[in-house]
Amino acid sequence: MSATQILFWFLSALAIVSALSVVISKNPVYSVLSLIITFFAVSGHYILLNAQFIGIVNLIVYAGAIMVLFLFVIMLMNLNQDNEPQKNKWLKMAGVVSGGCLMLVFVAAFKTSEVNGKIAQTIDGNIGLTETLGKALFNEYVVPFEISSILFLSAMVGAVVIGKKGD
Amino acid sequence: MQIGLTHILVLSATLFFIGVYGFLTRKNLISMLMSIELMLNSANLNFIAFNKYVWPNKLEGLFFTLFIIAIAAAEAAVAMAIIIQVYRQFKSVDVDEPTIMKE
Repeated sequence: MSATQILFWFLSALAIVSALSVVISKNPVYSVLSLIITFFAVSGHYILLNAQFIGIVNLIVYAGAIMVLFLFVIMLMNLNQDNEPQKNKWLKMAGVVSGGCLMLVFVAAFKTSEVNGKIAQTIDGNIGLTETLGKALFNEYVVPFEISSILFLSAMVGAVVIGKKGD
Repeated sequence: MQIGLTHILVLSATLFFIGVYGFLTRKNLISMLMSIELMLNSANLNFIAFNKYVWPNKLEGLFFTLFIIAIAAAEAAVAMAIIIQVYRQFKSVDVDEPTIMKE
């Protein structure tokens, strides 16, 4: 096994185990910390897939900004204890069975699809670097870029207006 | 054994259904939001994988991922504001608590 394959299997196992720990742990603080580990593993996958810029942006935005926001809100509301009410056991069992069946269907679909056995084809290794992405972002994708800035402005105003104290 | 596209698709499907399970079984609004973030991340992984394996000379998949990350950040901020407001009104973040629109 080459180093890439060992890294791939290691990161996949890490991502799945920590994602399970996100949904299983009762304490929301532990959930957030496991979610950060999942994001690190997914960023490692991005870097293995030649998308270095996206990997770093994923780390900075998700693990850095969004998860800190989650932790702040959990601490603010005093939720860091294990007394979250649980749904009933049969409902959980039904969730596992139906989710697992749908996942089996997905995996079976992948097995027989056209993409099966496609090997990575890299034209050149620097397609995911900042220079290429930046040039394309400010030439072909400049309109969606500006629209997303308007989205951010409205989200910021909306968050302040909704979260304000009083009516 | 080479790592093919199928391996990554199976990985992202697994992450997606872990997210679906968490979304269906948790009662805490914040935990449900975390499950949604898991699902968004598995979709991102798919975009990047298809970009590399099927159209390696294009950039569409990378840009979809970039915009999904941006929209997820905006969505998390607004959702947190709503959750804080729900907590102020009902003194809990349980999804079963806010029932005033039913009456």
